Amino acid sequence: MATAHSKSAARFMIAPAVFVLLVWMLIPLCMTLYFSFADYRPMRGVFEAWIGFDNYARFFSSSSFIKSLVTTLWMVGSILLITITGGVMMALLLDKPMFGQGIVRILVIAPFFVMPTVSALVWKNMFFNVDNGLFSYAYKFFGLQPYDFLSQAPLFSIIIIVAWQWLPFATLILLTAVQSLDSEQLEAAEMDGAPALARFRFIILPHLSRAITVVILIQTIFLLSIFAEIFVTTNGAFGTRTLTYLVYQRVLESQNIGLGSAGGIVAVILANIIAIFLMRIVGKNLDN
Amino acid sequence: MARAITPQKKVMWTALAWAFGLLMFFPILWTFLTSFKTEAAAISDPPVWLFFDWTLENYAAVQERSNYPKALMNSIIIAVGSTLLGILIAVPAAWAMAFVPGRKTKDILLWMLSTKMLPAVGVLYPLVLLAKWLGVMDSRILLIVVLMLINLPIIVWMLYTYFREIPGEILEAARMDGAGLRSEIIYVLTPMALPGIASTVLLNIILAWNEAFWTILLTTVNAAPLTAFIASFSAPEGLFYAKLSAASMMAIAPILIMGWFSQKQLVRGLTFGAVK
Repeated sequence: MATAHSKSAARFMIAPAVFVLLVWMLIPLCMTLYFSFADYRPMRGVFEAWIGFDNYARFFSSSSFIKSLVTTLWMVGSILLITITGGVMMALLLDKPMFGQGIVRILVIAPFFVMPTVSALVWKNMFFNVDNGLFSYAYKFFGLQPYDFLSQAPLFSIIIIVAWQWLPFATLILLTAVQSLDSEQLEAAEMDGAPALARFRFIILPHLSRAITVVILIQTIFLLSIFAEIFVTTNGAFGTRTLTYLVYQRVLESQNIGLGSAGGIVAVILANIIAIFLMRIVGKNLDN
Repeated sequence: MARAITPQKKVMWTALAWAFGLLMFFPILWTFLTSFKTEAAAISDPPVWLFFDWTLENYAAVQERSNYPKALMNSIIIAVGSTLLGILIAVPAAWAMAFVPGRKTKDILLWMLSTKMLPAVGVLYPLVLLAKWLGVMDSRILLIVVLMLINLPIIVWMLYTYFREIPGEILEAARMDGAGLRSEIIYVLTPMALPGIASTVLLNIILAWNEAFWTILLTTVNAAPLTAFIASFSAPEGLFYAKLSAASMMAIAPILIMGWFSQKQLVRGLTFGAVK
Protein backbone atom coordinates (compact mmCIF):
# COMPACT_ATOMS: atom_id res chain seq x y z
CA MET A 1 0.00 0.00 0.00
CA ALA A 2 2.26 2.71 -1.22
CA THR A 3 0.52 5.95 -0.53
CA ALA A 4 1.69 9.31 -1.82
CA HIS A 5 2.95 9.98 1.67
CA SER A 6 5.05 6.83 1.89
CA LYS A 7 6.36 7.46 -1.63
CA SER A 8 7.80 10.81 -0.71
CA ALA A 9 9.16 9.35 2.51
CA ALA A 10 10.83 6.62 0.44
CA ARG A 11 12.41 9.18 -1.86
CA PHE A 12 13.72 10.99 1.19
CA MET A 13 15.25 7.76 2.51
CA ILE A 14 16.95 6.87 -0.78
CA ALA A 15 18.26 10.38 -1.40
CA PRO A 16 21.42 10.31 0.79
CA ALA A 17 22.74 7.10 -0.80
CA VAL A 18 22.06 8.37 -4.31
CA PHE A 19 23.57 11.74 -3.51
CA VAL A 20 26.89 10.49 -2.12
CA LEU A 21 27.34 8.00 -4.95
CA LEU A 22 26.51 10.65 -7.53
CA VAL A 23 29.07 13.03 -6.05
CA TRP A 24 31.61 10.19 -5.85
CA MET A 25 31.00 9.28 -9.49
CA LEU A 26 30.76 12.69 -11.01
CA ILE A 27 33.28 15.01 -9.40
CA PRO A 28 36.46 12.90 -9.64
CA LEU A 29 35.49 11.48 -13.02
CA CYS A 30 34.83 14.94 -14.48
CA MET A 31 38.17 16.10 -13.09
CA THR A 32 39.95 13.19 -14.73
CA LEU A 33 38.16 13.93 -17.99
CA TYR A 34 39.18 17.59 -17.72
CA PHE A 35 42.84 16.75 -16.98
CA SER A 36 42.93 14.27 -19.84
CA PHE A 37 42.62 17.19 -22.27
CA ALA A 38 45.22 19.29 -20.46
CA ASP A 39 49.00 19.36 -20.42
CA TYR A 40 49.45 19.14 -16.68
CA ARG A 41 52.83 18.28 -15.19
CA PRO A 42 52.95 19.79 -11.68
CA MET A 43 56.58 18.79 -11.05
CA ARG A 44 57.72 21.02 -13.90
CA GLY A 45 55.12 23.69 -13.27
CA VAL A 46 53.47 23.06 -16.63
CA PHE A 47 49.74 23.68 -16.96
CA GLU A 48 47.93 24.25 -20.21
CA ALA A 49 44.21 23.75 -19.89
CA TRP A 50 43.37 22.57 -23.41
CA ILE A 51 45.56 20.61 -25.78
CA GLY A 52 42.78 18.65 -27.46
CA PHE A 53 43.30 14.95 -27.95
CA ASP A 54 47.10 15.11 -27.75
CA ASN A 55 47.25 13.04 -24.55
CA TYR A 56 45.05 10.34 -26.04
CA ALA A 57 47.10 10.31 -29.24
CA ARG A 58 50.30 10.06 -27.26
CA PHE A 59 48.94 7.44 -24.91
CA PHE A 60 47.63 5.22 -27.70
CA SER A 61 50.76 5.56 -29.83
CA SER A 62 53.23 4.89 -27.02
CA SER A 63 54.77 1.44 -26.99
CA SER A 64 54.15 1.18 -23.25
CA PHE A 65 50.39 1.37 -23.83
CA ILE A 66 50.35 -1.50 -26.33
CA LYS A 67 52.64 -3.52 -24.06
CA SER A 68 50.50 -2.84 -21.01
CA LEU A 69 47.39 -3.85 -22.91
CA VAL A 70 49.00 -7.13 -23.98
CA THR A 71 50.20 -7.75 -20.41
CA THR A 72 46.73 -7.01 -19.05
CA LEU A 73 45.10 -9.39 -21.53
CA TRP A 74 47.60 -12.14 -20.73
CA MET A 75 47.19 -11.67 -17.02
CA VAL A 76 43.39 -11.46 -16.94
CA GLY A 77 43.00 -14.19 -19.58
CA SER A 78 45.27 -16.70 -17.85
CA ILE A 79 43.79 -16.07 -14.44
CA LEU A 80 40.28 -16.53 -15.83
CA LEU A 81 41.32 -19.75 -17.54
CA ILE A 82 42.89 -21.16 -14.37
CA THR A 83 40.12 -20.10 -12.02
CA ILE A 84 37.23 -21.19 -14.26
CA THR A 85 38.61 -24.64 -15.16
CA GLY A 86 39.91 -25.15 -11.64
CA GLY A 87 36.69 -23.76 -10.17
CA VAL A 88 34.44 -26.10 -12.17
CA MET A 89 36.51 -29.11 -11.17
CA MET A 90 36.69 -28.07 -7.52
CA ALA A 91 32.95 -27.37 -7.40
CA LEU A 92 32.11 -30.78 -8.86
CA LEU A 93 34.55 -32.42 -6.45
CA LEU A 94 33.19 -30.60 -3.40
CA ASP A 95 29.67 -31.65 -4.36
CA LYS A 96 30.56 -35.34 -4.06
CA PRO A 97 29.75 -37.31 -0.91
CA MET A 98 32.76 -37.31 1.42
CA PHE A 99 33.91 -37.13 5.01
CA GLY A 100 34.61 -33.69 6.42
CA GLN A 101 33.02 -31.74 3.57
CA GLY A 102 32.63 -28.61 5.66
CA ILE A 103 36.29 -28.55 6.61
CA VAL A 104 37.47 -29.06 3.02
CA ARG A 105 35.24 -26.18 1.94
CA ILE A 106 36.82 -23.96 4.55
CA LEU A 107 40.34 -24.96 3.45
CA VAL A 108 39.55 -24.20 -0.18
CA ILE A 109 37.87 -20.86 0.47
CA ALA A 110 40.46 -19.50 2.91
CA PRO A 111 42.83 -17.88 0.34
CA PHE A 112 40.10 -15.45 -0.70
CA PHE A 113 40.18 -13.82 2.72
CA VAL A 114 43.92 -13.24 2.79
CA MET A 115 44.76 -9.60 2.15
CA PRO A 116 46.48 -9.04 -1.23
CA THR A 117 49.71 -7.66 0.22
CA VAL A 118 50.09 -10.67 2.52
CA SER A 119 49.52 -13.27 -0.18
CA ALA A 120 51.85 -11.50 -2.60
CA LEU A 121 54.65 -11.23 -0.02
CA VAL A 122 54.24 -14.77 1.26
CA TRP A 123 54.42 -16.19 -2.26
CA LYS A 124 57.24 -13.88 -3.26
CA ASN A 125 59.50 -14.70 -0.32
CA MET A 126 58.57 -18.11 0.98
CA PHE A 127 57.76 -19.87 -2.30
CA PHE A 128 59.30 -18.05 -5.27
CA ASN A 129 62.54 -16.82 -3.67
CA VAL A 130 65.47 -18.41 -5.45
CA ASP A 131 67.67 -18.80 -2.36
CA ASN A 132 65.24 -19.73 0.39
CA GLY A 133 61.90 -20.36 -1.27
CA LEU A 134 60.13 -23.69 -0.93
CA PHE A 135 60.06 -24.17 -4.71
CA SER A 136 63.85 -23.91 -4.80
CA TYR A 137 64.13 -26.63 -2.17
CA ALA A 138 61.78 -28.78 -4.23
CA TYR A 139 63.86 -28.21 -7.38
CA LYS A 140 67.03 -29.10 -5.48
CA PHE A 141 65.36 -32.17 -3.98
CA PHE A 142 64.73 -33.48 -7.49
CA GLY A 143 68.27 -32.61 -8.50
CA LEU A 144 67.29 -29.63 -10.63
CA GLN A 145 68.71 -26.14 -10.86
CA PRO A 146 66.60 -23.74 -8.72
CA TYR A 147 64.51 -21.40 -10.82
CA ASP A 148 64.21 -17.68 -10.12
CA PHE A 149 60.49 -17.29 -10.67
CA LEU A 150 60.05 -13.57 -10.10
CA SER A 151 62.85 -12.43 -12.37
CA GLN A 152 62.67 -15.14 -15.02
CA ALA A 153 58.90 -15.58 -15.19
CA PRO A 154 57.48 -12.54 -13.38
CA LEU A 155 54.16 -12.44 -15.21
CA PHE A 156 53.60 -16.14 -14.60
CA SER A 157 54.44 -15.70 -10.90
CA ILE A 158 51.89 -12.91 -10.46
CA ILE A 159 49.31 -14.97 -12.34
CA ILE A 160 49.87 -17.83 -9.88
CA ILE A 161 49.46 -15.53 -6.88
CA VAL A 162 46.27 -13.90 -8.11
CA ALA A 163 44.79 -17.16 -9.41
CA TRP A 164 45.33 -18.65 -5.96
CA GLN A 165 43.36 -15.77 -4.46
CA TRP A 166 40.47 -15.97 -6.93
CA LEU A 167 40.09 -19.72 -7.40
CA PRO A 168 38.11 -19.90 -4.11
CA PHE A 169 35.70 -17.25 -5.39
CA ALA A 170 35.04 -19.14 -8.63
CA THR A 171 34.72 -22.41 -6.71
CA LEU A 172 32.24 -20.97 -4.24
CA ILE A 173 29.99 -19.41 -6.90
CA LEU A 174 30.12 -22.48 -9.14
CA LEU A 175 29.47 -24.77 -6.18
CA THR A 176 26.29 -22.81 -5.49
CA ALA A 177 25.27 -23.39 -9.09
CA VAL A 178 26.21 -27.10 -9.03
CA GLN A 179 24.10 -27.63 -5.95
CA SER A 180 21.02 -26.30 -7.70
CA LEU A 181 21.40 -28.94 -10.41
CA ASP A 182 18.49 -31.35 -10.71
CA SER A 183 20.01 -34.65 -9.60
CA GLU A 184 17.18 -36.74 -11.06
CA GLN A 185 18.04 -35.61 -14.55
CA LEU A 186 21.63 -36.70 -14.00
CA GLU A 187 20.55 -40.05 -12.62
CA ALA A 188 18.24 -40.64 -15.56
CA ALA A 189 21.08 -39.88 -17.96
CA GLU A 190 23.32 -42.25 -16.08
CA MET A 191 20.74 -45.02 -16.20
CA ASP A 192 20.36 -44.49 -19.94
CA GLY A 193 24.05 -45.23 -20.17
CA ALA A 194 25.41 -41.74 -20.85
CA PRO A 195 29.15 -41.76 -20.03
CA ALA A 196 30.49 -39.31 -17.46
CA LEU A 197 31.99 -37.02 -20.10
CA ALA A 198 28.72 -36.79 -22.02
CA ARG A 199 26.82 -36.04 -18.80
CA PHE A 200 29.27 -33.25 -18.10
CA ARG A 201 29.14 -31.89 -21.63
CA PHE A 202 25.36 -31.99 -22.14
CA ILE A 203 23.85 -31.55 -18.67
CA ILE A 204 26.31 -30.05 -16.20
CA LEU A 205 28.08 -27.53 -18.42
CA PRO A 206 24.89 -26.00 -19.89
CA HIS A 207 23.52 -25.70 -16.36
CA LEU A 208 26.69 -23.92 -15.22
CA SER A 209 27.03 -21.64 -18.23
CA ARG A 210 25.23 -18.72 -16.63
CA ALA A 211 27.22 -18.94 -13.41
CA ILE A 212 30.43 -19.19 -15.45
CA THR A 213 29.48 -16.07 -17.39
CA VAL A 214 28.84 -14.19 -14.16
CA VAL A 215 32.15 -15.33 -12.65
CA ILE A 216 34.00 -14.25 -15.80
CA LEU A 217 32.39 -10.80 -15.81
CA ILE A 218 32.84 -10.10 -12.09
CA GLN A 219 36.39 -11.38 -11.99
CA THR A 220 37.35 -9.42 -15.10
CA ILE A 221 36.16 -6.21 -13.50
CA PHE A 222 38.18 -6.89 -10.35
CA LEU A 223 41.20 -8.32 -12.18
CA LEU A 224 41.50 -5.28 -14.43
CA SER A 225 42.36 -3.31 -11.28
CA ILE A 226 44.97 -5.66 -9.82
CA PHE A 227 47.39 -3.42 -8.01
CA ALA A 228 48.86 -4.55 -4.69
CA GLU A 229 50.15 -7.87 -6.04
CA ILE A 230 52.23 -6.05 -8.66
CA PHE A 231 53.17 -3.26 -6.27
CA VAL A 232 54.93 -5.53 -3.75
CA THR A 233 56.39 -8.11 -6.16
CA THR A 234 57.82 -6.49 -9.28
CA ASN A 235 56.64 -2.89 -9.04
CA GLY A 236 55.66 -3.09 -12.70
CA ALA A 237 59.09 -4.12 -13.96
CA PHE A 238 59.98 -7.07 -16.24
CA GLY A 239 56.86 -6.90 -18.39
CA THR A 240 54.30 -6.97 -15.59
CA ARG A 241 53.01 -3.46 -16.15
CA THR A 242 49.27 -3.69 -16.68
CA LEU A 243 47.08 -0.84 -17.85
CA THR A 244 46.12 -0.05 -14.26
CA TYR A 245 49.75 -0.01 -13.20
CA LEU A 246 50.81 2.11 -16.17
CA VAL A 247 48.21 4.74 -15.29
CA TYR A 248 49.30 4.68 -11.65
CA GLN A 249 52.93 5.25 -12.67
CA ARG A 250 52.07 8.07 -15.08
CA VAL A 251 49.95 9.83 -12.47
CA LEU A 252 51.85 9.34 -9.21
CA GLU A 253 55.41 8.47 -10.20
CA SER A 254 56.19 10.53 -13.31
CA GLN A 255 53.48 13.06 -12.41
CA ASN A 256 52.29 13.49 -15.99
CA ILE A 257 48.69 14.08 -14.99
CA GLY A 258 47.36 14.78 -18.49
CA LEU A 259 48.74 11.59 -19.98
CA GLY A 260 47.80 9.51 -16.96
CA SER A 261 44.26 10.87 -16.95
CA ALA A 262 43.82 9.95 -20.61
CA GLY A 263 44.91 6.44 -19.64
CA GLY A 264 42.48 6.50 -16.72
CA ILE A 265 39.60 7.36 -19.02
CA VAL A 266 40.60 4.47 -21.29
CA ALA A 267 40.52 2.14 -18.28
CA VAL A 268 37.08 3.44 -17.28
CA ILE A 269 35.72 2.83 -20.78
CA LEU A 270 37.14 -0.69 -20.91
CA ALA A 271 35.65 -1.58 -17.53
CA ASN A 272 32.30 -0.14 -18.53
CA ILE A 273 32.06 -2.29 -21.64
CA ILE A 274 32.27 -5.36 -19.41
CA ALA A 275 30.01 -3.83 -16.78
CA ILE A 276 27.21 -3.38 -19.32
CA PHE A 277 27.04 -7.12 -19.95
CA LEU A 278 27.10 -7.87 -16.23
CA MET A 279 24.39 -5.32 -15.47
CA ARG A 280 22.16 -6.84 -18.14
CA ILE A 281 22.31 -10.25 -16.44
CA VAL A 282 21.76 -8.74 -12.98
CA GLY A 283 18.84 -6.67 -14.31
CA LYS A 284 17.12 -9.71 -15.80
CA ASN A 285 17.41 -11.51 -12.47
CA LEU A 286 15.89 -8.59 -10.57
CA ASP A 287 12.65 -9.00 -12.50
CA ASN A 288 11.86 -12.45 -11.25
CA MET B 1 15.66 -41.47 -4.41
CA ALA B 2 19.26 -40.97 -3.46
CA ARG B 3 21.74 -43.23 -5.12
CA ALA B 4 23.60 -45.70 -2.97
CA ILE B 5 27.20 -44.58 -2.62
CA THR B 6 29.74 -47.33 -2.25
CA PRO B 7 32.07 -46.75 0.70
CA GLN B 8 35.09 -47.14 -1.58
CA LYS B 9 33.89 -44.27 -3.76
CA LYS B 10 33.25 -42.09 -0.76
CA VAL B 11 36.75 -42.74 0.56
CA MET B 12 38.19 -41.94 -2.86
CA TRP B 13 36.34 -38.64 -3.13
CA THR B 14 37.33 -37.80 0.43
CA ALA B 15 41.01 -38.39 -0.29
CA LEU B 16 40.93 -36.39 -3.50
CA ALA B 17 39.03 -33.47 -2.01
CA TRP B 18 41.26 -33.31 1.07
CA ALA B 19 44.34 -33.37 -1.14
CA PHE B 20 43.12 -30.38 -3.13
CA GLY B 21 41.87 -28.61 -0.03
CA LEU B 22 45.22 -28.94 1.70
CA LEU B 23 47.02 -27.84 -1.46
CA MET B 24 44.97 -24.63 -1.57
CA PHE B 25 45.40 -24.05 2.15
CA PHE B 26 49.10 -24.92 2.17
CA PRO B 27 50.53 -21.37 1.76
CA ILE B 28 48.53 -20.24 4.79
CA LEU B 29 49.52 -23.32 6.78
CA TRP B 30 53.17 -22.80 5.87
CA THR B 31 53.00 -19.16 6.94
CA PHE B 32 51.41 -20.26 10.21
CA LEU B 33 54.17 -22.81 10.88
CA THR B 34 56.95 -20.42 9.88
CA SER B 35 55.65 -17.77 12.25
CA PHE B 36 56.64 -20.03 15.17
CA LYS B 37 60.16 -20.77 13.93
CA THR B 38 63.37 -18.97 14.66
CA GLU B 39 64.69 -17.01 11.68
CA ALA B 40 67.40 -19.63 11.19
CA ALA B 41 64.88 -22.48 11.21
CA ALA B 42 62.65 -20.56 8.79
CA ILE B 43 65.23 -20.85 6.03
CA SER B 44 66.82 -24.14 7.01
CA ASP B 45 67.69 -26.47 4.15
CA PRO B 46 65.92 -28.90 3.96
CA PRO B 47 62.79 -27.17 5.32
CA VAL B 48 61.61 -28.23 8.78
CA TRP B 49 57.92 -29.05 9.09
CA LEU B 50 56.78 -29.70 12.64
CA PHE B 51 59.80 -30.68 14.65
CA PHE B 52 61.50 -27.42 15.50
CA ASP B 53 61.69 -25.37 18.66
CA TRP B 54 58.39 -23.56 18.65
CA THR B 55 58.81 -19.95 19.70
CA LEU B 56 56.61 -16.90 20.13
CA GLU B 57 59.49 -14.47 19.76
CA ASN B 58 58.41 -13.35 16.27
CA TYR B 59 55.01 -12.26 17.51
CA ALA B 60 56.68 -10.29 20.27
CA ALA B 61 59.19 -8.81 17.84
CA VAL B 62 56.51 -7.64 15.42
CA GLN B 63 54.44 -6.09 18.20
CA GLU B 64 57.49 -4.18 19.30
CA ARG B 65 57.92 -2.65 15.88
CA SER B 66 56.58 0.73 16.82
CA ASN B 67 54.08 0.97 13.98
CA TYR B 68 52.36 -2.40 14.29
CA PRO B 69 49.85 -1.50 17.03
CA LYS B 70 49.05 1.69 15.16
CA ALA B 71 48.50 -0.14 11.88
CA LEU B 72 46.24 -2.65 13.61
CA MET B 73 44.26 0.15 15.22
CA ASN B 74 43.97 1.93 11.87
CA SER B 75 42.73 -1.23 10.17
CA ILE B 76 40.07 -1.75 12.82
CA ILE B 77 38.92 1.87 12.82
CA ILE B 78 38.86 2.14 9.03
CA ALA B 79 37.14 -1.21 8.39
CA VAL B 80 34.54 -0.85 11.13
CA GLY B 81 34.06 2.88 10.62
CA SER B 82 33.50 2.69 6.88
CA THR B 83 31.12 -0.23 7.29
CA LEU B 84 29.02 1.46 9.98
CA LEU B 85 28.88 4.71 8.04
CA GLY B 86 27.80 2.73 4.98
CA ILE B 87 25.11 0.92 6.97
CA LEU B 88 23.80 4.22 8.29
CA ILE B 89 23.30 5.54 4.77
CA ALA B 90 22.25 2.25 3.18
CA VAL B 91 19.61 0.97 5.63
CA PRO B 92 17.03 3.68 4.88
CA ALA B 93 17.69 3.44 1.14
CA ALA B 94 17.46 -0.35 0.99
CA TRP B 95 14.43 -0.25 3.26
CA ALA B 96 12.56 2.16 1.02
CA MET B 97 13.48 0.27 -2.13
CA ALA B 98 12.35 -3.06 -0.67
CA PHE B 99 9.06 -1.93 0.87
CA VAL B 100 7.99 1.01 -1.27
CA PRO B 101 9.25 0.00 -4.71
CA GLY B 102 8.58 2.50 -7.46
CA ARG B 103 9.01 2.41 -11.20
CA LYS B 104 12.59 3.62 -10.95
CA THR B 105 13.72 1.39 -8.06
CA LYS B 106 15.32 -1.19 -10.32
CA ASP B 107 17.17 1.45 -12.34
CA ILE B 108 18.51 3.13 -9.21
CA LEU B 109 19.71 -0.19 -7.83
CA LEU B 110 21.45 -1.10 -11.09
CA TRP B 111 23.00 2.33 -11.36
CA MET B 112 24.35 2.03 -7.82
CA LEU B 113 25.90 -1.34 -8.64
CA SER B 114 27.43 0.09 -11.78
CA THR B 115 29.34 2.68 -9.73
CA LYS B 116 31.11 -0.28 -8.13
CA MET B 117 32.57 -1.09 -11.54
CA LEU B 118 34.42 2.21 -11.79
CA PRO B 119 38.16 1.41 -11.93
CA ALA B 120 40.02 3.12 -9.13
CA VAL B 121 42.86 4.41 -11.30
CA GLY B 122 40.32 6.39 -13.28
CA VAL B 123 39.83 8.71 -10.33
CA LEU B 124 43.21 8.37 -8.63
CA TYR B 125 44.65 11.81 -9.22
CA PRO B 126 41.48 13.81 -8.53
CA LEU B 127 41.14 12.01 -5.23
CA VAL B 128 44.73 12.71 -4.23
CA LEU B 129 44.22 16.34 -5.23
CA LEU B 130 40.91 16.71 -3.37
CA ALA B 131 42.41 15.05 -0.30
CA LYS B 132 45.31 17.52 -0.32
CA TRP B 133 43.01 20.51 -0.81
CA LEU B 134 40.87 19.42 2.09
CA GLY B 135 43.96 18.64 4.15
CA VAL B 136 42.84 15.09 4.87
CA MET B 137 45.62 13.20 3.06
CA ASP B 138 46.89 10.30 5.18
CA SER B 139 44.00 10.54 7.62
CA ARG B 140 41.65 7.83 8.84
CA ILE B 141 38.58 9.89 8.04
CA LEU B 142 39.57 10.04 4.36
CA LEU B 143 39.88 6.25 4.15
CA ILE B 144 36.66 5.72 6.08
CA VAL B 145 34.81 7.87 3.56
CA VAL B 146 36.51 6.43 0.47
CA LEU B 147 36.06 2.80 1.51
CA MET B 148 32.47 3.53 2.52
CA LEU B 149 31.83 4.89 -0.99
CA ILE B 150 33.38 1.96 -2.84
CA ASN B 151 31.47 -0.56 -0.72
CA LEU B 152 28.17 1.31 -0.44
CA PRO B 153 26.69 -0.30 -3.59
CA ILE B 154 27.34 -3.77 -2.14
CA ILE B 155 25.89 -2.79 1.23
CA VAL B 156 22.72 -1.36 -0.33
CA TRP B 157 22.41 -4.37 -2.58
CA MET B 158 22.79 -6.95 0.19
CA LEU B 159 20.43 -5.17 2.55
CA TYR B 160 17.88 -4.84 -0.24
CA THR B 161 17.91 -8.59 -0.92
CA TYR B 162 17.59 -9.36 2.80
CA PHE B 163 14.80 -6.85 3.38
CA ARG B 164 12.87 -8.13 0.39
CA GLU B 165 12.68 -11.53 2.04
CA ILE B 166 10.73 -10.06 4.97
CA PRO B 167 7.09 -10.76 4.19
CA GLY B 168 4.93 -7.63 4.04
CA GLU B 169 1.97 -9.51 5.56
CA ILE B 170 3.70 -9.56 8.91
CA LEU B 171 3.68 -5.77 8.98
CA GLU B 172 0.02 -5.70 8.12
CA ALA B 173 -0.76 -8.25 10.80
CA ALA B 174 1.10 -6.16 13.35
CA ARG B 175 -0.84 -3.08 12.28
CA MET B 176 -4.11 -4.97 12.56
CA ASP B 177 -3.18 -5.87 16.10
CA GLY B 178 -2.88 -2.19 16.80
CA ALA B 179 0.88 -1.74 16.72
CA GLY B 180 1.95 1.84 16.12
CA LEU B 181 4.82 2.72 13.84
CA ARG B 182 7.24 2.82 16.77
CA SER B 183 6.42 -0.60 18.15
CA GLU B 184 6.20 -1.92 14.61
CA ILE B 185 9.82 -0.93 14.04
CA ILE B 186 11.09 -2.02 17.43
CA TYR B 187 9.27 -5.31 17.89
CA VAL B 188 8.62 -6.54 14.36
CA LEU B 189 10.98 -5.09 11.81
CA THR B 190 14.23 -4.78 13.71
CA PRO B 191 14.37 -8.40 14.91
CA MET B 192 13.63 -9.61 11.39
CA ALA B 193 16.16 -7.32 9.76
CA LEU B 194 19.01 -7.81 12.21
CA PRO B 195 20.42 -11.09 10.82
CA GLY B 196 20.63 -9.54 7.34
CA ILE B 197 22.26 -6.39 8.66
CA ALA B 198 24.75 -8.45 10.68
CA SER B 199 25.75 -10.52 7.64
CA THR B 200 26.18 -7.38 5.58
CA VAL B 201 28.36 -5.80 8.26
CA LEU B 202 30.52 -8.92 8.43
CA LEU B 203 31.18 -9.16 4.70
CA ASN B 204 31.90 -5.47 4.36
CA ILE B 205 34.36 -5.40 7.23
CA ILE B 206 36.22 -8.17 5.39
CA LEU B 207 36.19 -6.25 2.11
CA ALA B 208 37.33 -3.02 3.76
CA TRP B 209 40.00 -4.79 5.80
CA ASN B 210 41.58 -6.30 2.68
CA GLU B 211 41.25 -3.28 0.39
CA ALA B 212 44.74 -2.60 -0.93
CA PHE B 213 44.63 0.18 -3.52
CA TRP B 214 43.38 3.24 -1.69
CA THR B 215 44.78 2.13 1.66
CA ILE B 216 48.29 1.99 0.16
CA LEU B 217 48.14 5.06 -2.06
CA LEU B 218 46.28 7.47 0.24
CA THR B 219 48.33 6.82 3.37
CA THR B 220 51.94 7.27 4.37
CA VAL B 221 52.44 7.09 8.12
CA ASN B 222 49.54 8.20 10.26
CA ALA B 223 46.61 6.35 8.76
CA ALA B 224 48.45 3.37 7.25
CA PRO B 225 46.50 0.19 8.05
CA LEU B 226 47.81 -3.40 8.02
CA THR B 227 47.72 -3.69 4.21
CA ALA B 228 50.26 -0.86 3.97
CA PHE B 229 52.20 -2.07 7.04
CA ILE B 230 52.68 -5.50 5.44
CA ALA B 231 53.66 -3.91 2.13
CA SER B 232 56.52 -2.22 3.98
CA PHE B 233 57.98 -5.72 4.49
CA SER B 234 58.64 -5.95 0.75
CA ALA B 235 62.11 -4.51 1.28
CA PRO B 236 63.76 -7.33 3.24
CA GLU B 237 66.11 -6.48 6.06
CA GLY B 238 68.30 -9.45 6.83
CA LEU B 239 66.58 -12.56 8.06
CA PHE B 240 62.89 -11.78 8.17
CA TYR B 241 60.78 -14.76 7.02
CA ALA B 242 59.59 -15.70 10.49
CA LYS B 243 58.74 -12.10 11.36
CA LEU B 244 56.97 -11.60 8.04
CA SER B 245 54.97 -14.75 8.78
CA ALA B 246 54.03 -13.59 12.27
CA ALA B 247 52.96 -10.18 10.98
CA SER B 248 50.97 -11.85 8.20
CA MET B 249 49.20 -14.21 10.58
CA MET B 250 48.22 -11.35 12.84
CA ALA B 251 46.87 -9.43 9.85
CA ILE B 252 44.78 -12.25 8.40
CA ALA B 253 43.70 -14.37 11.38
CA PRO B 254 40.68 -12.29 12.48
CA ILE B 255 39.47 -11.97 8.89
CA LEU B 256 39.91 -15.68 8.15
CA ILE B 257 37.67 -16.48 11.09
CA MET B 258 35.07 -13.92 10.03
CA GLY B 259 35.34 -15.13 6.45
CA TRP B 260 34.51 -18.68 7.35
CA PHE B 261 31.30 -17.46 8.93
CA SER B 262 30.29 -15.47 5.88
CA GLN B 263 30.78 -17.91 3.01
CA LYS B 264 27.11 -17.76 2.06
CA GLN B 265 26.95 -13.99 2.19
CA LEU B 266 29.94 -13.85 -0.12
CA VAL B 267 27.92 -15.41 -2.92
CA ARG B 268 25.01 -13.10 -2.27
CA GLY B 269 27.10 -9.98 -1.85
CA LEU B 270 29.53 -10.34 -4.71
CA THR B 271 27.37 -11.76 -7.49
CA PHE B 272 24.56 -9.25 -7.10
CA GLY B 273 21.98 -12.02 -7.13
CA ALA B 274 23.02 -13.25 -10.58
CA VAL B 275 23.78 -16.70 -9.13
CA LYS B 276 21.36 -18.32 -6.74
